[in-house]
Amino acid sequence: MALTHANPMTRWRLALLCLSLWLGACSTTPVTRDGPAQTPVFPADRVLDPGVVYESDRIWDPFEGFNRRVYQFNYYFDRYLFLPGVNLYRRVTPRPLQKGVHNFFLNLSDVTTLFNSVLQLDLKKTLDTSTRLLVNSTVGLLGFIDLASDVPRKEEDFGQTLGYWGLGPGPYLVLPVLGPSSLRDAGGYSVDWSARWLAWQQSVDLELYQSWTRDTLWAIDQRAHIAFRYCETGSPFEYELVRTLYSTKRKLDIKR
Amino acid sequence: MTVNGFVDLTGEKFPAHRLPLAATGMRVILATHFRPVAWDKADNRGMDHPQMLKIARLFLTGLAVCLATTAQGQGEPAYAFPIQDKFRATVIGTPEKLQKTFPPVAISEDRLTVFPGRHAPNYLWYEAQLRYSYVFQDKPAPLIFVIAGTGGAHNGMRNLALMRAFYNAGFHVVSLSSPTLPNFIVSASSTGVPGEAVQDARDLYRVMRLIRERYQRRIGITGYYLTGYSLGGFNAAFVAWLDNQRRAFDFRRVLLINPPVRLYESMSILDRMLESIPGGMDNFHTYYDDIVREFNTLYSTTDRLEFSEDFLYSVFSRLQPRDDELAALIGLSFRFSAANLMFTADLMTNYGFIKPSNVHIGRFSDPGDYAKVAMRLGFTDYFHRFFYPFYNARLDRPISREAMIGRMSLERIADFLRTTDKVFVMHNRDDLILGDGGIEFITEVFGQRAKIYPHGGHLGNMQYVVNVSDMLRLMGGLGRWR
Repeated sequence: MALTHANPMTRWRLALLCLSLWLGACSTTPVTRDGPAQTPVFPADRVLDPGVVYESDRIWDPFEGFNRRVYQFNYYFDRYLFLPGVNLYRRVTPRPLQKGVHNFFLNLSDVTTLFNSVLQLDLKKTLDTSTRLLVNSTVGLLGFIDLASDVPRKEEDFGQTLGYWGLGPGPYLVLPVLGPSSLRDAGGYSVDWSARWLAWQQSVDLELYQSWTRDTLWAIDQRAHIAFRYCETGSPFEYELVRTLYSTKRKLDIKR
Repeated sequence: MTVNGFVDLTGEKFPAHRLPLAATGMRVILATHFRPVAWDKADNRGMDHPQMLKIARLFLTGLAVCLATTAQGQGEPAYAFPIQDKFRATVIGTPEKLQKTFPPVAISEDRLTVFPGRHAPNYLWYEAQLRYSYVFQDKPAPLIFVIAGTGGAHNGMRNLALMRAFYNAGFHVVSLSSPTLPNFIVSASSTGVPGEAVQDARDLYRVMRLIRERYQRRIGITGYYLTGYSLGGFNAAFVAWLDNQRRAFDFRRVLLINPPVRLYESMSILDRMLESIPGGMDNFHTYYDDIVREFNTLYSTTDRLEFSEDFLYSVFSRLQPRDDELAALIGLSFRFSAANLMFTADLMTNYGFIKPSNVHIGRFSDPGDYAKVAMRLGFTDYFHRFFYPFYNARLDRPISREAMIGRMSLERIADFLRTTDKVFVMHNRDDLILGDGGIEFITEVFGQRAKIYPHGGHLGNMQYVVNVSDMLRLMGGLGRWR
């Protein structure tokens, strides 16, 4: 028994080691060429106090090289596919319908908020979310109308639930299309996604093309409600800025 | 009430007096770094915190009414912009209720290759082309160019507001980023080192001509106008001066909104504002971390899912931060722009300012400590240790620092500004970025073409209904302030 148990574990560790070596190797440090490096006017060792630990340096980013590459991929994906899609959607869809579609998907994500509120043993969030779900799914025509807008809407996901029970974020990750995340949050996302998918299976039977349409529409609706644009903050240090903001925001989301 | 460590806004778990610091800090950071998209605005409004907003609005409208009724009755109605304090006006801006509203406008964005064959530094691969915004009428109309302020982008909030206003007044509008924005430095600056008044004007002029070439056959253009705010106003003055010689546009009217007079002086004022941070500049990192953390405290104590400027504003109205805290925040927001522009200029020229020369940062490299160093340096460091030696080496006959500082001033083109009848200015008597004698210089040089408001701080009243009506009346038809 011990043997059969140890074997996959070792393999798992080995795989993780290989993965991190491969990903870490992607990280490129600045190179010197066209002559010797000259000491700059304001060298870091003179300007900065070495004893100071910066909050932003505490974020663990072992796959930085990989992450920066995905960040660039996301920029191109946004520019050539995602945002043109969003713009087209905005142009051809009447505003009230957009609003309805948005409400519909919010209602859908209330499902995951509900099960995560339960897992976090949070009575108030569970009650609020149940009320919203019940009212909006029935009288609100499957969520198209947010009739329960007076009930505060919470957003809970499985990453937050894991965080609530004390699991740290793990390494920072930039996911393709989805953007900034962490190992914990990425895992949590897949759990939420499966839960939503299961809930859907229980209620409606969809043809393959129908579920593809739904998922595309869902992605477009999500993107349409995020103002962030890759590489447009005007800061040459945008990657670090986003990493810090994401990590602190998640910490707070968990505390809420 | 506390549920699971969740404290509501009436709870006392956090030091309430520290809140506004965080709120304004994030507002400034958000305004600088995360630009709202025009069509998102209407939807975000649905997520406001209704009660707090209502309170804030009531408070402000009340204040406005009070001020309006205590008018001095000197023929002209008293100026009723409600925020009297220059620091608060600068940070808060114009409350939404007091802004001039316009129907939504579909603004487009595009890119332009300014220098064919130029290669962007690997690390700034995404800045190779200049980005700009535009919106055109469907019939022949005059075209106005809008130039952003320090570190501002073509699609920043203030640019969008000006675009909406001028479009609704019947203009074609093209919105340009500041020559100090990294995207402009990389794609459109001929030297890669921004801040030289005439050089920046030439770069802007080149861009404006290229953009006009793109569209002039498609849209009818009946005349040219120009405006800009803050540093963009300063740029606009030099572009007008340049156009007076080259006549490519022959601008009918140029409006400078809250421009600096002596750039070096304004930059020193902004640098000094960061000295108000608790414990001085050596504590900068703790201060910065504090702002992020305190914002977080605020964020974790609300019921809201997302923060918006209106929400932060309403929190701000309830709790009054001190002047030195506000000054530090204004300084911080400009520090971001300074850090961005310095590092970009360093990459463009391989000067060896922050990054050792000959060290090349790749597309996916970690810039490491350079960000921290850049945040520690001010505009004046940039001027003395980079800008001055850089431009001096390009001159036939080297000049003194004082002479170089003198060239970065509206005084350099005072003769033109005095004699032209096309260049107008609107400014505030209490604008933070003006040094001694700044307002006097403006009233003396521009005479009847200057409109000075009694208060509003730096750009705080730019979207105020009275100011916007004034600027539209001037540019749209009247051709004088009253």
